[in-house]
Amino acid sequence: MSDRSDFAAIAAWIPKGASVLDLGCGDGSLLRYLQDTRAVRGYGVEISDRDIVSCIANSVNVIQNDLDAGLSDFEDGAFDFVILSQTLQATRHTEPLMQEMLRVGREGIVSFPNFGYWRSRLDVLLGNMPVSSELPYQWYNTPNVHLCTLDDFENFCRSYCISITARSVMTGGREVSLLPNLFGSTAVYRFQRGI
Amino acid sequence: MSHSVGIVTAQRATFETPLVFKSGAVLPRYELAYETYGALNSDKSNAILICHALSGHHHVAGFYADAPKSLGWWDNMVGPGKPIDTDKFFVVGLNNLGGCHGSTGPSSVDPETGKPYGSSFPVITVEDWVESQARLADYLGIECFAAVIGGSLGGMQALQWSLACPGRVRHVLAIASAPRLTAQNIAFNDVARNAILTDPDFHGGDYYQHNVVPTRGLRLARMLGHITYLSDDAMADKFGRELKSGQYNYGYEVEFQIESYLRYQGDKFAGLFDANTYLLMTKALDYFDPAQDCGGDLNSAFAKARADFLVISFTTDWRFSPQRSREIIRPLLHNGRNVSYAEINSTHGHDSFLMEHPHYFDVVRAYLDNVISEVSA
Repeated sequence: MSDRSDFAAIAAWIPKGASVLDLGCGDGSLLRYLQDTRAVRGYGVEISDRDIVSCIANSVNVIQNDLDAGLSDFEDGAFDFVILSQTLQATRHTEPLMQEMLRVGREGIVSFPNFGYWRSRLDVLLGNMPVSSELPYQWYNTPNVHLCTLDDFENFCRSYCISITARSVMTGGREVSLLPNLFGSTAVYRFQRGI
Repeated sequence: MSHSVGIVTAQRATFETPLVFKSGAVLPRYELAYETYGALNSDKSNAILICHALSGHHHVAGFYADAPKSLGWWDNMVGPGKPIDTDKFFVVGLNNLGGCHGSTGPSSVDPETGKPYGSSFPVITVEDWVESQARLADYLGIECFAAVIGGSLGGMQALQWSLACPGRVRHVLAIASAPRLTAQNIAFNDVARNAILTDPDFHGGDYYQHNVVPTRGLRLARMLGHITYLSDDAMADKFGRELKSGQYNYGYEVEFQIESYLRYQGDKFAGLFDANTYLLMTKALDYFDPAQDCGGDLNSAFAKARADFLVISFTTDWRFSPQRSREIIRPLLHNGRNVSYAEINSTHGHDSFLMEHPHYFDVVRAYLDNVISEVSA
């Protein structure tokens, strides 16, 4: 994984001892970080064979499953937090998955690369798909099928009655407050079911 | 490069304290055949128990001095530098009670009558096995296993360990297993049993006195079982529609290669295995249901478990499908147990759990590396 400055932002919202489900947990680094820093009780969900072995080696609980097949192994309200870190853009059935996150967890956290970041905009303006540390793939081999901007994500949440409770936008590990949809490369959102 | 544990010797432990079976039957004394590999550490914290499946036994790894080809049934998995590493762990394999490879079973002589137990050997359950295995652990001075590991019916025993003896097992590895059988799976077992029970040579289970063996029944039972252990694809790849003589002979002799293979497997098995043991093993499979006393609710059944779990299934296994493994995971998640689950892409159906597969072995190795790091040298 490239820039994981979102780890600290995510950890800051998670109280000690919380129960956490990390969707698309990769090699388990985030869960391991949360276990070490926040003493969370956690499980990861991952599809890649190689990552399953890495998670186990990292002493992280991992359940091999395809996120796009839903979260039927997990009960309603089983977790304090369900996290989707740098994975949203690679999910096929994004909207049902967001709903599943809020079925299984009391709160959700997502982080994703902001496609509205000025460098991405410039790349497209100059005629090329953006390739960067946040978006390290070529157009022909990218797993990212649902890239979005901060505005897009916030509109999506409004449409589906998901209430955003906190947001952290970063570039190179630094918090961005000025025109975040233009100057932020990574966004982290905390949300719950809207009323 | 991994090597074999080398020459091994089967051992035998005698138990004089009567064992009361779940059925209420009592076995006054019994023997268990077992083997061990590796060394038990000073605080006896590095022991692993391997539970066998339907046709397995205590000879898990290595070979016998007088029979260099007698490799243990899980020699690819258990040995120095192998995923279940005998340089690090003290590994115990046993032949389950009721078996036919050295432990007391229906073919053993009942000291009270001087004749084989036969039909008088009690119907045994997974719970009874775990009770007898716990006594073997006492005998070996093992208070708590670092891990109990099993595939298929062996996985059920590993699960039962976490329920019957929560304080005596730290990790459970349940591979290609299920929390309880489905109707379809029981149905397969029933057909297998019927093949044996209706063999004229069965004599109600007391065929030993008649100097015959219900070979035809046992052979059919194994042929049926074997079909369910392989995947459709594996069978198609291996045999397809290939004919032995290259042409149709318009009769009922063996023509297709698959027929020849199944008959060979059936004959081989029927020559080595005891029909009564086969009946007992399939019945133990059918009866196992940890939620029987909890109104069928696996969530409450697993509330007692204290171990950490690794659950593994294989994509083409339809006898113990990945779905069945998910039924193990859900109650563990419900109860907040530490659990990891890997679904291995393999073409070999249920038999995959016995085969060498790089990713499968990596998963087991990574898990047990963590287990050994908790254990003192």
